Amino acid sequence: MTQTTPSTPEAPLAVEMRGIVKRFPGVLANDHVDFELRAGEIHALLGENGAGKSTLMNVLAGLYRQEAGIIKVKGNPVEFYSPRDAIKSGIGMVHQHFMLVPSQTVTENVLLGLDDPRFFMRLPEYDAKVAAVGERFGLKVDPRAKIWQLSVGEQQRVELLKMLYRGANVLIMDEPTAVLAPQEIDGLFDILRSMISQGKSVIFISHKLHEVTAIADRVSVLRRGVATASGVPSKGATRQELARLMVGRDVIFALDKKPGNPGNLVLDVQDVYAENDKGLPALRGLSLNVRAGEIVGVAGVAGNGQSELSQVITGLRKCKQGEVKLAGDLVSNRNTLFGIQHGMAYVPEDRNHVGSAPNLSVTDNVIMKKYRQPPISRAGFLDMGAATKLAKELKDAYDIIVPSVTTPVRLLSGGNLQRVILAREISGLPSFMVAVQPTRGLDVGAIEGVHRLLLAQREAGAAVLLISEELEELLSLSDRVYVIYEGKIMGEVKVGGVEPDESLIEMIGLMMTGTPLDQIHKEGVGANG
Amino acid sequence: MDAIIILQAGVATGTVLLFATIGEIFAERSGVLNLGVEGMMLIGAMTAFSTTIATGNPWVGVLAAMFAAGLISQIHAFITITLQADQVVSGLALTFLGTGISLVLGEGLSKAGTVSLLPNFSIPLLSQIPFLGPILFTKQSVMVYIGYLLVPLTWYYINRTRPGLNLRSVGEYPSAADSLGISVFRLRYFYVFVGGMLAGLAGATISLAVAPGWFSELTTAGQGWIAVGLVIFAQWDPVRAMFGSYAFGALRRLILDIQGPTLLLGFDNPFYYNPYWGFFLQMLPYAFTVIVLVIGSREAMRKRLGAPAALGNPYVRGERGK
Amino acid sequence: MAESTSVQKKRAGFKIRVEPRLEEPAAWYPLAVSLGAIVVALILGGILISFAGGDPLKSYQHIAKASFGDTGVLSDTIVKATPILLAALACSVAFRMKLWNIGAEGQFIMGAFGASAVVLAPLLAEDTPRWLFLTVMVLAAMAAGAIWGFIPGYLKAKFNVNEIISTLMMNYIAIAWINFWIFGVWSEGGFQMSPKFPNNAWLPRLLEYAKEYPALRGLTTHAGLLLGIVAAIILWIIVYRSRWGYEIRLIGDNPQAAKYAGINITSNVIYVMMLSGALAGLGGMSEVSGVVHRLQTAPIAAGYGFTGIIVAWLAKLNPLVIIVVSVLFGALILAGREIQPSGVPKMIQGIILVSLIASDFLLRYRIRIVRADAEE
Repeated sequence: MTQTTPSTPEAPLAVEMRGIVKRFPGVLANDHVDFELRAGEIHALLGENGAGKSTLMNVLAGLYRQEAGIIKVKGNPVEFYSPRDAIKSGIGMVHQHFMLVPSQTVTENVLLGLDDPRFFMRLPEYDAKVAAVGERFGLKVDPRAKIWQLSVGEQQRVELLKMLYRGANVLIMDEPTAVLAPQEIDGLFDILRSMISQGKSVIFISHKLHEVTAIADRVSVLRRGVATASGVPSKGATRQELARLMVGRDVIFALDKKPGNPGNLVLDVQDVYAENDKGLPALRGLSLNVRAGEIVGVAGVAGNGQSELSQVITGLRKCKQGEVKLAGDLVSNRNTLFGIQHGMAYVPEDRNHVGSAPNLSVTDNVIMKKYRQPPISRAGFLDMGAATKLAKELKDAYDIIVPSVTTPVRLLSGGNLQRVILAREISGLPSFMVAVQPTRGLDVGAIEGVHRLLLAQREAGAAVLLISEELEELLSLSDRVYVIYEGKIMGEVKVGGVEPDESLIEMIGLMMTGTPLDQIHKEGVGANG
Repeated sequence: MDAIIILQAGVATGTVLLFATIGEIFAERSGVLNLGVEGMMLIGAMTAFSTTIATGNPWVGVLAAMFAAGLISQIHAFITITLQADQVVSGLALTFLGTGISLVLGEGLSKAGTVSLLPNFSIPLLSQIPFLGPILFTKQSVMVYIGYLLVPLTWYYINRTRPGLNLRSVGEYPSAADSLGISVFRLRYFYVFVGGMLAGLAGATISLAVAPGWFSELTTAGQGWIAVGLVIFAQWDPVRAMFGSYAFGALRRLILDIQGPTLLLGFDNPFYYNPYWGFFLQMLPYAFTVIVLVIGSREAMRKRLGAPAALGNPYVRGERGK
Repeated sequence: MAESTSVQKKRAGFKIRVEPRLEEPAAWYPLAVSLGAIVVALILGGILISFAGGDPLKSYQHIAKASFGDTGVLSDTIVKATPILLAALACSVAFRMKLWNIGAEGQFIMGAFGASAVVLAPLLAEDTPRWLFLTVMVLAAMAAGAIWGFIPGYLKAKFNVNEIISTLMMNYIAIAWINFWIFGVWSEGGFQMSPKFPNNAWLPRLLEYAKEYPALRGLTTHAGLLLGIVAAIILWIIVYRSRWGYEIRLIGDNPQAAKYAGINITSNVIYVMMLSGALAGLGGMSEVSGVVHRLQTAPIAAGYGFTGIIVAWLAKLNPLVIIVVSVLFGALILAGREIQPSGVPKMIQGIILVSLIASDFLLRYRIRIVRADAEE
């Protein structure tokens, strides 16, 4: 399984991880993973979402404790119980979500939790020290600036500075480019190179192939908790090869899928622009469409605008430009109710915080979109008999395992809760459905159940937009797949009825990492494979 | 209706609000909303008064008041920090509890007569400054002078010392603080205690200096709640809290004084000839609090800053990171 | 994903493990926990009473005897329970939506004012038929309470003004407002109260029927109880059986889900505050027309709105349970008037509320004691 590195003049090992095992409820996140980091290298850790790369690095940073396996730093075995221990051994991690206090200055954030200065902060003096460390590594940032005034890229530099000030020798960067604009990425790469030149080592977690080949000395690849490549020199590897190692060629579920018969245009998204919660552009001129009787997939790495897309379609988010039409009616920038009343169903990605009311009963949760109409509503009142009857019918029809329909849904397992949500959405006989990550966190049996329900929708003539990070899921269910990258569609591929082959997966993998389809066609697919 | 007298009294009565507001600023900066200020102040006022009767020494009364109010604040700390219950409901309960306990233990105190009070004195030289001297440094209670010291010290402590940095971090981003080895639980308990002590000090300032005596619930008459409102107006800053407190104190004095003279701005004073019109004046501090809240909330909305980000949320370890 | 969130404390060979509950506790369990919390509260209260020089056992015996001893005191208990009932209903509907309306007290006072204004302004002549008089008073009271709820509701919806403090401030303003009227405009001969209402403006009392039923002699229970019970039933239907109530419950439990279901949250904030204010206002009318029979500050601003908060919480916001709990608190307040020291009922209310909140922990978490050496 593991490819070995062609021998190069070997630097001493900065970090060595052997046989790391980490389990989460229902998931084996790391399955005997080995990992080696040499002093003075940039080592990329590549893998899809959920492949276990963040878990492995959280173990190294002292945030999680491994269940089996050993960690050695500069050859000495170490035990980490907290991030503090890891930092003492010179290992610091920069998380995707920055651990910075927005209302405080750069220097204050850097000094947080240290022993020096003891009482009086004497900020001017320490501003200079912090600036000096920044200077040394090319991290240009004003020590007196408050964090909230800084751009995301600058905040990332503060996180780096925080670790370097503590004397970290190994820097773990979790998807550092995910939050950066292209021009900021170049700046980050310069900083990383400057750190390497001063003897530091960097672990660079990513799923963007072109970045990995641009910056890393060596690459390790994780897939489903298993290392599929360890320490491959990035110079020798082609993108296609890495994409295959990352995505794999797993057996695709044999689902009983009838040939598609697309009907009228149902959903039409035209040139939509929208911002995310922080006011940054999330969708940049995105267009797609879905017809009746087909499942259309949206593939992409998390955080490329998928959530915002689903929110714009369902009316939870305003779009700045462009429009969304549902069977000819404008739905964008109207309230959610309009979509609900026009046959739109929505399976949100956050089951617990958006899709359900945790302390209300199963019955109350299944009527969430039907309480306005008969038979549930009669002259402003709820017919609880009808509601209970509906809940019981859905419980039986969708195999929801729950002691009674009066049980609050917070006590349901993830799979059962998802069935409650799907039951609610599907029983409204929607003409169109958006499903976002409908199988995230579910076990295999539950996943299959959800897949069958989605296919049944397609056969019933509904239009389904399936937004997912699971490529296999998309390939086995969809008739067409769009690939989204940084709020834009990179291209569209037909998959319906065709056994997906290697080149197709490679093509999608390349689009997911930022290569538009027409460019792939120009370069030729699989030429180097 | 002398502006200097009104301002002088405003600073004196405002000192009560100042202590309570700064106490609440400490608690809220650490991320714990404590709506029990009114109850803690009553406990403080009652304890200060009864201890002073028993010992004859008002300073012992002050210390006892701070300790008693700090102690009762720990009920709120336990319920909200350890048991992670809703801070709003728990704070309300603390007000009920503090009010009830102070009424029970303060039974009969209102007839206890006079006690030795905290001293009033003028500061030499400073009291000679024109305008400000008579207002700030002439025949004020020692508590007023303590208030003058407390504001800059608090500001410096919060903004320029390491414990202050830790305090702010715990209230703004507890998981970041925790990841760097700062104990969120311990600090929150501590600052709820500090908040309680200062509320107790505020209570003692009423019963031993500003309005000596024990008048059951009327001792505080809602000032604890005004303090909670002032924290929002002050945007969690002790200096702004000081101006707000003194302004409220002056307003209270103005309301009393405006009803005295027969002529007001050259006209017959309606509040003198129809004393019940004075009830509209009595509404002013409360109406003003609501207005101040509107101002504070709008400012907070506009600046997208203000309340400590973690205010009101229990911290559960293990939710950090991804 | 988080690792195990359990808190561990080491104790001589045993560990106390606190873990989140993953299944619904048995139906009796929440009731048992609440009762247990009250028992603990009474014990704590007893300790404090004896600390203040009283005899706790005697105090509690006195409370029981002075409130349920015979039909006379039972009737008095119910009279005390009536305003609490309506105030608690007001709190419960706002709390259901996680709107912390602490202003039931002020809305109650404004309700009393609204009802009194009908008599004193006067909006209706003294010889107006009783049914009309009372109907107009009820409507005026509910309108006045609703206005007092609307103001903080609007400020919350529009400017995100903290409703806890604004409703509280509105309480003090309400007191000053009625003081203005009864000290001045409506003062009866310079006394700090309004003239007595004509009999047509009194809610019917049981003692009025003593001629037909001698057993009712001297019983002051008035029709306000009926208003309260009807309001409780209607509120129960609204909350659990109406579309609006469903929206209230959904917003209260998860505003995100409510938005997802297409519900407008800001307008509901205002409506619910108005409903809450109207219910408290009805309580004020019931008190002024059923008991006091004139506008007077002390008996109206007697803290019913605050007791209502505790009652609503103790009843877990269920309107029908509130009826029962109000009677218990009516007893506590009634008996409390004769107990020395006089702050005891208030203190016990506080202790009960504190232990109730603390006991909620037992509903959310399970506490297990395991041997320290028994590793998972």
